[in-house]
Amino acid sequence: MTALVIAEHDNKELKISTQNTISAASKLDSDIHVLVAGSDCNSVAEEAATCEGISKVLYIDSKEYENFLAENIANLIKNVSDEYSSILAPATTNGKNYMPRVAALLDVAQISDISSVESEDTFQRPIYAGNCIATVQSSDSKKVITVRTTAFDAATKGSSSAEILKLEEVNDAGISEFIKEELAKSDRPELTAAEVVISGGRGMQNGDNFTLLEGIADKLGAAIGASRAAVDSGFVPNDYQVGQTGKIVAPNLYIAVGISGAIQHLAGMKDSKVIVAINKDEDAPIFQVADYGLVADLFTALPEMESKI
Amino acid sequence: MKILVPIKRVVDYNVKVRPKADESGVDLNNVKMAINPFCEIAVEEAVRLKEAGSATEIIAVTVGAENTQEQLRTALALGADRAILVETDLEVEPLGISKVLKAIVEKESPNLIIMGKQAIDGDNNQTGQMLAALMNYPQATFASELKIEGEKAVVTREVDGGLQTISINLPAVVTSDLRLNEPRYASLPNIMKAKQKPLEVIKSDDLGVDLNPRISTLKVSPPPEREAGIIVESVDQLVEKLKNEAKVIS
Repeated sequence: MTALVIAEHDNKELKISTQNTISAASKLDSDIHVLVAGSDCNSVAEEAATCEGISKVLYIDSKEYENFLAENIANLIKNVSDEYSSILAPATTNGKNYMPRVAALLDVAQISDISSVESEDTFQRPIYAGNCIATVQSSDSKKVITVRTTAFDAATKGSSSAEILKLEEVNDAGISEFIKEELAKSDRPELTAAEVVISGGRGMQNGDNFTLLEGIADKLGAAIGASRAAVDSGFVPNDYQVGQTGKIVAPNLYIAVGISGAIQHLAGMKDSKVIVAINKDEDAPIFQVADYGLVADLFTALPEMESKI
Repeated sequence: MKILVPIKRVVDYNVKVRPKADESGVDLNNVKMAINPFCEIAVEEAVRLKEAGSATEIIAVTVGAENTQEQLRTALALGADRAILVETDLEVEPLGISKVLKAIVEKESPNLIIMGKQAIDGDNNQTGQMLAALMNYPQATFASELKIEGEKAVVTREVDGGLQTISINLPAVVTSDLRLNEPRYASLPNIMKAKQKPLEVIKSDDLGVDLNPRISTLKVSPPPEREAGIIVESVDQLVEKLKNEAKVIS
């Protein structure tokens, strides 16, 4: 039985979420193929071919796939789906967008955001913002799955080289069109891939004060995140948001600063290995999940911490 | 332009849910129910399009038991013109819901379908995309801005790296993200008026749609607890612990 993993990439580099998904797929099927669909993305296909545990890369290179338009990529996945017993994509905004479309085209139920593979048809997934974990069994012969990437180790990239099979079929549904993308530019690591994340909440008081986090982030090589309260207050853009409605992160070290610890924020970070909370309110719920809590005014604690690490 | 807004009845977002003691499901006894927050945003967006003169009629629809009429009345109080309940006592999965919605779309022929990106109970994030697939309509998920331009909609979407803008041909499915708008509160006169607005009940059996579940829930358990940590006295102690005990910084 063979699994198909849909690669996440930016037409230049493979995203690590692809490797997390390969790792989830390896618990389901003995053989794994990876689909790389994009434009001018030959380097991505070659990078994917080095991932341990896969035997083939399906590679298609055309303008229609440059921006992951759901209508085009879903039709493509459906058309190559015949030989696969499972199709998996990372639960990124791309995967969440096109995979349910694939599932409906194939008339199968999608299993969203799995956090564990129990057997070839049984999975665990968080529901109610992670307040409950459901164990679910699928009766569909073909499984369509999105993967909570933080729950699976990344498959390593080695010296191995899988076969690359170039596909020629191009499929423009012609009903949607990409206009533009405004992506945040940053020299820091991506939130979902960073080893260390430092996040600010409403306690930061305004956007300018996020510079207090930057100094520490620079020293630790950390990504900067935020709570929904900080985003809703306009301190930082939404792509900083960690939580049920934002990004799910699980770094080695998560530092929550001025964050009270609402359920919806905890849903996005409580699988971090070590959690530090800095908050002046000693009753803040964030302290209940923190390994190390510091009850202090962040405006004095942050500069002191920056000088001492 | 006619807009269809599918909505869902869910546990109120302020309620902290727990699994039942026997792990057979989620304990929903005597829990406050409400319209799913993302669906409320979808209703608000439709109402704003009507107020701006872009839309002429808003139809709210839901699939569920008789008591989901409460949430349809909420949508009517917020500004929907009429409502449809597709009544069933089954717990229907997103694929089944999207098949029901396809039948409603074929009956009503809306130009635009706006719905929440996900419900806060199952956190599936599937139904809008599935409906779009079944209708062969384009989709714009996780919308933070929606503009109607003739026969197209221009939608700004919340994506991992920032914002993406796409243009989609109508009819289409748009799913709402949090920043699309801030829903209004229904005024008392509008709540009273909503009671008089038409609410049609259709039996799901009459639609001839396959609602059989594909997924069975074997158990629902609490998430693994984190062990309680310690409160440190100073920044010095924090840095020392992170270096020497947790070994996460060097």
